[in-house]
Amino acid sequence: MVQGRVFTFWLLVLFIGITLYSMQRAKSGKPVKVRRLPALDAIDEAIGRSTEMGRPIHYTPGLAAVTGLDAPQTLAAISILSYVSKLAAQFDVRLIVTIRQPEVYPLALETVREAYQVSDKIDKFVPTDIRYLSNQQFAYAAAASGIIVREKVAANFMLGAFWAENLMLAEVGTQVDAFQISGTASLGQVPLFVATTDYFLIGEELYAASAYLSQDPVQLGSVYGQDICKMLAAALLVIGVLGTALGSNFFIDLLSR
Amino acid sequence: MKRNAPLVLSFIAGLVMILAFFFESQTLTVAENEIQNYGVILAAFALGIASVNLIQVHARNISRGTTLERVYSAILIVSLVGMALVGITKGQNHPTFQFWFNAIMAPSQSTVWALGAFYIASAAFRAFKIKNVDSTVLLISAAIVMLGGVPIGEAIWGGFPGFSKWINDIPNMAGMRGMMIGAGIGAIGAGVRMLLGIERSYLGRSE
Repeated sequence: MVQGRVFTFWLLVLFIGITLYSMQRAKSGKPVKVRRLPALDAIDEAIGRSTEMGRPIHYTPGLAAVTGLDAPQTLAAISILSYVSKLAAQFDVRLIVTIRQPEVYPLALETVREAYQVSDKIDKFVPTDIRYLSNQQFAYAAAASGIIVREKVAANFMLGAFWAENLMLAEVGTQVDAFQISGTASLGQVPLFVATTDYFLIGEELYAASAYLSQDPVQLGSVYGQDICKMLAAALLVIGVLGTALGSNFFIDLLSR
Repeated sequence: MKRNAPLVLSFIAGLVMILAFFFESQTLTVAENEIQNYGVILAAFALGIASVNLIQVHARNISRGTTLERVYSAILIVSLVGMALVGITKGQNHPTFQFWFNAIMAPSQSTVWALGAFYIASAAFRAFKIKNVDSTVLLISAAIVMLGGVPIGEAIWGGFPGFSKWINDIPNMAGMRGMMIGAGIGAIGAGVRMLLGIERSYLGRSE
């Protein structure tokens, strides 16, 4: 095993084990209650608003690819896109999806196409409303801002990994009076979204979204398992802080194994 | 087969990448490198497909759009094709390619980025209002951090930089680390669901 990663490996195995146990527990009939996530409950409201106003929805699954550290955010955003596009198909609202990374484009295209197919509205599906703009960060931001302003979107969804351009997208959405729902685990961008959008998903809420929207017991069980893992991480933190404060290097040695 | 093959491939690729991170093994390293190479190849093909989409959208603007849309879309397509041709035939170090990049692309990116300052100002103007206890704390701490980062703040009161640093290093860092731990564990949970095929909505399938 790679030096310095032994403890991490066993901790990961423990976390996965707890998650699997929780999923199995939920599957065997023990219900799991997940607290309300207002941002996800607001999706229906956002699409209803777009329907009433007759204006389109803009959706961006973030700026990251499906490889690398930010890939889970992109995949979580694509999962939520599936839900949003089903609702958009049912209510006959135009959905514009803007993409930065080329490899996300086929995923998004297929997700939206499938949603229209499942809703029996495949004739209303417009492939050119799923748009690859640019893989340059600010070229993407400028192009997406232009689309938001020209199309006067009624709802603006910004979910996934973002960097400096999220503020531009959110401010432009505010200028056209769009209902804005955001979500990211890019910690530096969380305060910007909190200050500028109507509803937001912070960090792990983005990853729990798919489970929350589907209300599938097994997926909700994994969210319950995540909470147990968080408590375990907090306990390790307290033990580490106390141990270090009392002069013991045991925890530091354990982490560096 | 059509439904399960992507799930099996995802599981195998994910498992190899995770094991390669933790175990020193020539076999795993070779497999990891191969999977990464496949990813690069897939991304290249995806770029081709995405570029076709880009040209389709802008070709439609040229044929059916307003005058301005036609002009901007024509500029985009000419730039796209021109730079691609120069880059492919002459290489990225050719003076023409370098000129287009240094004189047009890079300044354009910097310009858009610079607009962020004005967006921050307008967002701050709307967000920093005394509505309740939370927003008051936000306003006061933001004011202290901003004043601590500029010379005039230190001129007003010498303690602003230190106080600003304390806010960034202690309460802000504590909050960030808490979110980081939650997000990390959330990513593990999401990863387990996706690798086991329990969450498949990213594949475009709801069942």
